[in-house]
Amino acid sequence: MTSTGEQRLARRQQLQRALLGAVGGLLLLFLALPVLGLVAGTSWADFRAGLAHPLVWPALRLSLLTTLVSLVVTVALGTPLSWTLAHTRGRWARAAETLVQLPIVIPPAVAGIAMLLAFGRRGLLAGWLYPEGWSVTFTTSAVVLAQIFVSAPFFVQAAVSAFRRIEPNLLIVARTFGASPWRVFLRVGLPLAAPGLAAGAILSWARALGEFGATLMFAGNLEGRTQTLPLAIYTALEADLRAAQALSIVLMAVAVALLLGVRAALGTAPSRAVSSSRAVSVPAGGP
Amino acid sequence: MIMTPRLSTRFSPLRRLWLCAALVLLASCQQKEAPAPTPAPAAAPAPAARQTLTIFAAASLRDAFGSLRDEFIKTHTDVDIAFNFAGSQDLRTQIEHAAPADVFASADKKNMNELQQASKVGAPAVFARNEPVVVVAQESAASVASFADLPKLKRIVIGGPDVPIGRYTGQILDNASKSLAADFRQRVEANVVSRELDVRQVLNKVVLGEANAGVVYRTDANSAKHKVGIVTIPPELNVIAEYPIAIVSGSTHAEAAAEWVKFVLSLAGQALLQQAGFIAPAGPPPT
Repeated sequence: MTSTGEQRLARRQQLQRALLGAVGGLLLLFLALPVLGLVAGTSWADFRAGLAHPLVWPALRLSLLTTLVSLVVTVALGTPLSWTLAHTRGRWARAAETLVQLPIVIPPAVAGIAMLLAFGRRGLLAGWLYPEGWSVTFTTSAVVLAQIFVSAPFFVQAAVSAFRRIEPNLLIVARTFGASPWRVFLRVGLPLAAPGLAAGAILSWARALGEFGATLMFAGNLEGRTQTLPLAIYTALEADLRAAQALSIVLMAVAVALLLGVRAALGTAPSRAVSSSRAVSVPAGGP
Repeated sequence: MIMTPRLSTRFSPLRRLWLCAALVLLASCQQKEAPAPTPAPAAAPAPAARQTLTIFAAASLRDAFGSLRDEFIKTHTDVDIAFNFAGSQDLRTQIEHAAPADVFASADKKNMNELQQASKVGAPAVFARNEPVVVVAQESAASVASFADLPKLKRIVIGGPDVPIGRYTGQILDNASKSLAADFRQRVEANVVSRELDVRQVLNKVVLGEANAGVVYRTDANSAKHKVGIVTIPPELNVIAEYPIAIVSGSTHAEAAAEWVKFVLSLAGQALLQQAGFIAPAGPPPT
């Protein structure tokens, strides 16, 4: 009896797993088909022609450079912000957290207008920022600013929840052993939240790489200076749909290569940080 | 207290899923069975079935076509009109991919001709022309007396090389290089800070004061005439844009589509177009 009972149980569990997989597979299919369509609709010759397109390399170089800078700024400023938000209670902290998420819902073109209204030549800060009549708009820095604006919320969201998941007792213990708040943040908080921070950084970087609307509004579209790969794709779309498809595949290939590279590089590191007792013991041994 | 464990054994997760699915099905069946709200019995003979005419039109036609629609539906009470305004190139791509359009109105002949060659649209007719002009930001208006002063301005935005307005701008600059100064185009392009992807973006950058000047159509300039200065381009240098209109092949409302095209070409339609700043399809260019 038990063996048939176990068999039935095993079969039922198998069925349940299959059902979950089938339902989830629908979404996978839905997400994969347009990507497949893009690849299938572009012949090898189109792709080669896309790679040889005069807009590709300056745009790719600019995209990589600007997203790297915006990622560094986002992580450098976003990590302390997330740490503070994760450990501050009260209405104002929640209001700040909501405020940080707002750029996610603002349509990118509107985000670009909002940035013009804040940092543009006639913006809120114009008199203070640009006494000489200089303006950040139409410069490569403007591309970076637009990318930070649209991508940083994704990092902060991931980082706040990563910091919140840390067992509070670990932080309390570290504090009890005399570690300064700065040391607790650096030696306990950061290592324990590392996987979440990395995931947030990857998501944020990917968003910055695909950024289009705010950049076009705030930074304009000039080859070599503000024309990132998404803008080059849209510019090519005006002339030749197939060139635009080929450029899109280049963009996806670059993204996949970088994501796989980053995942491989981080693959072992986060688990080490979590399982290691060193992260917790070091503050105790510290001065 | 006793019910809870029994419930959870009787309804395993899988069965609950099935139950949910069954409930959803049942709910949707009932909705179908629910009697549809019957329309009030009309004493008069039922009017012809309402139809929606879908018009794909270049972004620069937005205001003019809006007022044309208001007139058109007065005499065609059984027709609703849905517009899709975008860059002519985007609209062409959508029609190539079998978007359900009935009429296509393009801001240039190139996109229309390519659709016609692919038998995606019927024979086109030019229904309006539009004259490129220079718009100047208010603070720079004093320094530009004529088109020849354009190279003096530091931040110029123009359309991208494959956007219709950008193509016309290139031709105008070439004409100016031939008759005004050999390096005219070169000096202007040295001050170009962005090559925008549609004409409204060019206008926006000047309206917001980010750019000193840009080249747009007369109709766009008119829509912002209180916010920008308008400098006419000498007729001997200017390149007048021609707007063709055609019925999309396979339109399911071919009759209404033909009515719309007829109305656009009629005296009443032409008067409304000229109110918006368009030039009549034939006849001498304005002086």
